[in-house]
Amino acid sequence: MQFLQLLISGIAQGCIYGLIALGFVLIYKATETVSFAQGELMMLGAFTGLAGMSLLGFPFWLAVLSAIAGMALFGMLLERLVIRPILGQPAFSIVMLTIGVGYTARGLITMIPGIGTETYVLPVPYKDQIWSVGALVINIEQVAIIGSTAVLCLMLFALFKYSKLGIAMQASSQNQLAAYYMGIPVKRLNGLVWGLAAAVAAIAGLLLAPITFVHANMGFIGLKAFPAAVVGGFSSLPGAIVGGLVIGLVESLSGFYLPDGFKDVAAYIVVLIMLMVKPNGLFGEKLRKKV
Amino acid sequence: MRFIFKTDYAQDIKLAKHPGHVFWYGALLLLLLAAPWLFAEYWLAQLTFVLIYAVAGLGLMLLAGFTGLFSLGHAAFLGVGAYTQAVLTNAGLPFPVALACAAGLSAAVGVVVGLPALRVKGIYLGMATLAFGFIVEEIFARWESVTGGNAGIHIKAPDMFGFKLASGEAFYFLCLLITVVATLGILNLLRSPTGRAFVAIRDSEISAQSMGIHLARYKTLSFALSAALAGIAGALYAHKLQFISPDQFSILQSIDLLLMIVIGGVGSVHGAFLGAVFLISMPQAIALTKDYLPAAIGQAPGLQAAVYGMVLIAFVLFEPLGLYGRWLKIRTYLQLFPFYRKGMFKRQKSFQKSDRLK
Repeated sequence: MQFLQLLISGIAQGCIYGLIALGFVLIYKATETVSFAQGELMMLGAFTGLAGMSLLGFPFWLAVLSAIAGMALFGMLLERLVIRPILGQPAFSIVMLTIGVGYTARGLITMIPGIGTETYVLPVPYKDQIWSVGALVINIEQVAIIGSTAVLCLMLFALFKYSKLGIAMQASSQNQLAAYYMGIPVKRLNGLVWGLAAAVAAIAGLLLAPITFVHANMGFIGLKAFPAAVVGGFSSLPGAIVGGLVIGLVESLSGFYLPDGFKDVAAYIVVLIMLMVKPNGLFGEKLRKKV
Repeated sequence: MRFIFKTDYAQDIKLAKHPGHVFWYGALLLLLLAAPWLFAEYWLAQLTFVLIYAVAGLGLMLLAGFTGLFSLGHAAFLGVGAYTQAVLTNAGLPFPVALACAAGLSAAVGVVVGLPALRVKGIYLGMATLAFGFIVEEIFARWESVTGGNAGIHIKAPDMFGFKLASGEAFYFLCLLITVVATLGILNLLRSPTGRAFVAIRDSEISAQSMGIHLARYKTLSFALSAALAGIAGALYAHKLQFISPDQFSILQSIDLLLMIVIGGVGSVHGAFLGAVFLISMPQAIALTKDYLPAAIGQAPGLQAAVYGMVLIAFVLFEPLGLYGRWLKIRTYLQLFPFYRKGMFKRQKSFQKSDRLK
């Protein structure tokens, strides 16, 4: 029973990592850059949801939808304002840029007087409800996380597999110039991808908020999602979720069975082993670089 | 305008390209030597920090700016150096011996971290170094018998075979000496075949390899040298603060180091120094302007992070060559007046192609 309980909490935590990693993978797949601001986007999403619920007094569903839509718009705006001007520069510039965006977002949220330094509880309707199945105690919050992750994953998978838009995104990721020649609006697509990634981050933030709290530094969890993305293979959507689950489970189990301190670094040890054994990740494409 | 006619190879690799260099760098050195008598104690301490960060920046610049390998866990090397120095100094070893051990241990750790660099590149290398940084930070916090855990550890004043360098001035001169030696060492390295091999690897691994450069050896060497410099900087950092704890070597410190070389100018030795000056003077500048801002902005706790972020964004967007790049532009403008053209430093845009499918 203990083991099952650990399993469920590990899966729920892993789904959060997976969701944030999905954001990395979306951006990486479409634009071949890595966003270090994903954790902060998640934090912004949680704050937007909180503002919708407590300040504006929206009902739960409206607040959630408006937070997601708002973050999607914010993602597109971000792409237009800071990412697009340095399109075609080395990937490292974009990494530094997104680190800068993350710093700014965290700093600005902290600066909001009276709000930024506090921690909040997101008032969700399913707060503290529990299912008891035999001796097993299941938090509804965890079920919500697992369920929404599964649905979101299927939707994104379908988008990339079957829709014209998703295929265009894949094409532009493989070769921007050729995609231009084929008449794909690469710039607009990049904007959409950033919007999508920000929306996914917002969902992750809203799902995570009931478990932890909403505060300015919650974005640091994004650093744990990098191992998830690497383990799954940086270019694979299902890989991100599987990687997240692996990291979540390893963390939850090592927290219980291994001595103190292993819980915090388990994710990083896994990723180091992964990079040495199989650098392309579990689901990464096996491709060799040619001249 | 100045024209330099190069007539032989020795002239091409000379460190001082023309008499102006000798004059200005000599003047700078004199100013730095006279600093203890010119500046108040507080500013001298800040200057010492600039020198310490410049040494760490030189190391990261060698790795990131000249070899093209980006490390997101450089604070870990700083930490290894700092803790080695602290433990050995407290055990009674003289300063130079402890410093050599700190640099050596950091370099050894650097070689270990460099191993994945042989297989992975780009963002994966970033991930490997990031993961390594977290693990090292956790080791500092958990290995309490040696590092003192989260409570931190105090470190005695540096001991030069009997002489205690307890005063700020003496320690400043020590830092200055080490910085000058490190800078000259790096400059000398960069004009040697090894340094050129690094630059070749940065520009194109494949062409470097086909020119007969042993990628594995040079990448590992670059990691080792970079880590050793970071270790030396860490040792000085530990002596300067006299107290170290694991949270000083977290991911934020690593990002600060990266921010420093990006703002200074990636790919230039000057950049490490300009970046260090920026990194140390920025909090001071913020503290000075705080009083003039409305209280809601000036007293807010996140101000520094927000300003850092925005400055970083502005530099990546508008001044990708960093502070040194800006100086180069100004200098070229003055030298070529009135023939300077806007596009002279324009970056070449390249359409992105996947690394995965090339």
